[in-house]
Amino acid sequence: MGKLSRIAWLYIGAVIAAAAIAIARGPFTGIQWDIVVALGLLLVACESSATLLNSRSLAWSANSIASLAAVILIGPVGAALVACFTLLGIRRGPSLPQRLFNTAMFALSAYLAGRAFLLFGGHVGIPEASSFPAIIAPFAGAAVVHVIVNFSLLRGVLWLTREPGTPAGRVGLDFKLLLTDLGYGAFGVLIAALWSVLGPFTPVLVLIPVFVARWAVAQFAAQQRAYEATVSALCQAVETKDFYTRGHSERVSRGSVLIAKEIGMRAERVEAIRYAGMLHDVGKLGVPTSVLQKNGSLTDDEYAAIQLHPMRGLDIVREIGFLDEALAGIMHHHERIDGRGYPMGLAGDEIPEFARVLAVADAFDAMTSNRSYRGARPVPEAVSELRKWAGTQFDPAFVDAFVTAIEREGWRGSEAAPPGSDHSVVTEFLVGGDGLAAANGVVTANSNGVANGNGVANGNGVAAANGSTAGDLGDPGPLRAIESLRRQ
Amino acid sequence: MTARRYEQRGFPRHALDSGQSLLVIFAGLLVIASVAQTAVVGVRDMHAAVAFGALIAFGELLRLNLPGDREAAPIATAGALAYALLLRIGDNPARHSPQQVIAVAAIGMIIGALPHLAVGRPARLSAMSGRLLAVACVAWVFRPLANASMIGSQWWSELPVMLSLVILAWLVEAVIAALIRTDALRARFGVALLDELRVQLPVGAAVGASALLIAFAAEVMGLAAVAVFAAPLLVTQVALRRYTGIRATYLQTVRALARVTEIGGYVEPGHSARVSRLAVAIGRELGMPEPALLELEYAALMHDIGQLSLRDPIPGGATVLVVREEQRRIAEYGAEVIQQARVLDSVADIVRRQSDPCRPADRGQEPPLSSRIIRAANAFDDLVGSSVEPSRAAAAVQRLRLDTAAEYDPQVVEALSKLLGRHSLFGP
Repeated sequence: MGKLSRIAWLYIGAVIAAAAIAIARGPFTGIQWDIVVALGLLLVACESSATLLNSRSLAWSANSIASLAAVILIGPVGAALVACFTLLGIRRGPSLPQRLFNTAMFALSAYLAGRAFLLFGGHVGIPEASSFPAIIAPFAGAAVVHVIVNFSLLRGVLWLTREPGTPAGRVGLDFKLLLTDLGYGAFGVLIAALWSVLGPFTPVLVLIPVFVARWAVAQFAAQQRAYEATVSALCQAVETKDFYTRGHSERVSRGSVLIAKEIGMRAERVEAIRYAGMLHDVGKLGVPTSVLQKNGSLTDDEYAAIQLHPMRGLDIVREIGFLDEALAGIMHHHERIDGRGYPMGLAGDEIPEFARVLAVADAFDAMTSNRSYRGARPVPEAVSELRKWAGTQFDPAFVDAFVTAIEREGWRGSEAAPPGSDHSVVTEFLVGGDGLAAANGVVTANSNGVANGNGVANGNGVAAANGSTAGDLGDPGPLRAIESLRRQ
Repeated sequence: MTARRYEQRGFPRHALDSGQSLLVIFAGLLVIASVAQTAVVGVRDMHAAVAFGALIAFGELLRLNLPGDREAAPIATAGALAYALLLRIGDNPARHSPQQVIAVAAIGMIIGALPHLAVGRPARLSAMSGRLLAVACVAWVFRPLANASMIGSQWWSELPVMLSLVILAWLVEAVIAALIRTDALRARFGVALLDELRVQLPVGAAVGASALLIAFAAEVMGLAAVAVFAAPLLVTQVALRRYTGIRATYLQTVRALARVTEIGGYVEPGHSARVSRLAVAIGRELGMPEPALLELEYAALMHDIGQLSLRDPIPGGATVLVVREEQRRIAEYGAEVIQQARVLDSVADIVRRQSDPCRPADRGQEPPLSSRIIRAANAFDDLVGSSVEPSRAAAAVQRLRLDTAAEYDPQVVEALSKLLGRHSLFGP
């Protein structure tokens, strides 16, 4: 935390002070302390089972259930007191300042939610049958205020502690996150409603389904990681026979994801293109090794065999249900905008979007990797090649998106990429909002942009790719489709 | 072998055999009797009946598949259980009969199943019957007690009774499901029951808790509780659906990618799929629990992945014909590939040991059961291939039997032979 700016410290201090003042002002009369303790313990349970959202140590927990139940049962000050139990959460993650901030943030959110509840005409106390449905509207107001205050405070601290260069819009919170939190908060009214019947046993019953859901989400995340790791391992197995294409699938996958994110694809489509990238070349396994490794020029038959590889790939992955759009991408990733690609010779917009994205990432990685017949080209040179062939071979929009993305985030070329190291699993479900941005100076290692060195720049440049290898099939482009197939 | 046939491996979805038909007929008669009785006596508290019926229909509409191709409808079950356990709605005591509970639950379930039918997803009658019977048990025990006001009026007297009944419902459903599976898959009942209980535990806990919540909340909130307290379960269900979705995708993907060896010409088309199907059938025959079966299936699908390290494919891909050292190298390489995923270490181990003979002369420890199963299944498939001729299968088993002294596990070969005798695994 030592790296935080002074403004960030001021901000955190102000939030803590505001929470302290809100609680200190009271009043404490009429607060049932047994309810404070019962809900406090509930909150500790929620907090202790917080889910990490992403690598920036943003975590989500179902705290708002307890806070919002307290809003109804014991009012704003009581709710703020319950929220203070956040400090006791048994979690390894957050440092003391982070805990203090989280606690203050929740206390303040709960207090203001309580005020809103009163403002909208709610009555504090254990609800009776007659309280319904009149209680719903003020409670909904309170829940909305709770989530808005919580998110605003959180957004503030994330923005103040963001990594240098992060665009303001990308601090890791989104609307879906807000809705999820609101949904969980709604459970607060359930706890409050049942208090008159079940007493302190209520939270236990309400929490069981919630915890089962959390368990399922954790299982989901674990399965997804396992899934990704397995797909990646199998793809590597396909690549093993050839030193030169090692890690290619992994990098094409990463490059495609960069483009997809840059052009604002939905999360599910980004996920699908990640797998499309990984799997785009599985079909090469169906091409006889003798053809792949041939040094001279290819006969018509051999070229035909190579042109079949996207279809072979399709054969393999067709049975994977979720991949619908990815299938089209895999099948058409060697099409060209001018219609001179294969296997179908589609042109322009006829080529599926995924395929146009994959084509850019595929060609770029092929250029920046070593091949038996030439060394890797430096990134800037590959970029200018991409630009040169934009409009004939590539979709210019995706070339632009790719270049923008790697200028910002850098490109890990073939040397620097340990396979399978990039487990940025997109788990849209795990959203919600507490936590404090890590901001521990985790500046991405490759923020030096395009200039990062896989400095195996060889002298022969463009000529190498264009040279007299089997890759030269009479196509005008230096980045011909065949480029990514290797030869020795 | 077509993809469709492969998808349906292991669970004859649309065919009901004797045990299942019995169950469905019994449930059907029960429903008819209950509906008739309720119609004669008249529905008590129509509003509640409609509200709960609607919740049950909604839940049935949102049914989901749990791991292992199990159908569940958590919200419908919770709604039906809550209706069975209802004590008061607001200040009015609930006095509906057990028959009314069954009638409402059945009608709700049928209405909820209709949209599925409309889009061509047939109802799995046996699973629905199981869910209905579990609810019926609870209603039969609890309704008479409640209607005679024999349950206290404080939560500490009500809760234990209701809690134990919810657990009873969970057990009944698990036992019925296990019986169905025993019947359909020829699994062992004890193993099937444990599998069932394990898979159903999280869902069962969430369903039970929600049922209690709805039943209690009706006292405070009236019928609004029905909608409001189904919400936590809805969240649970969304999460479960995603979890089971990714699990299914995972399996599909491994199945698909296991075919790279076929596309590459290393093994005969369909080999991995056939070996895995056979291996799982043998494993089930030998009483392996479900998590072990899943690992076995993964290992069997990927058992030949090590052949990718060969420069030239073995003719026909039949590893049974190559020398021991070569087999071992392929297995070792395959295990390395799988180990790279870092999440399938036990699968990697199974693949690594698949080439070891059952009674190893050099290595002391005998390979894990899964490895022995894959070894036998692989050898069998290498010898028989996609042939459907029974005589060829018999000859292959005979050959494996001759080798059982050292090469193949006699227990596994016997299970294989029993399987072949019982039903044609490779039928058209």
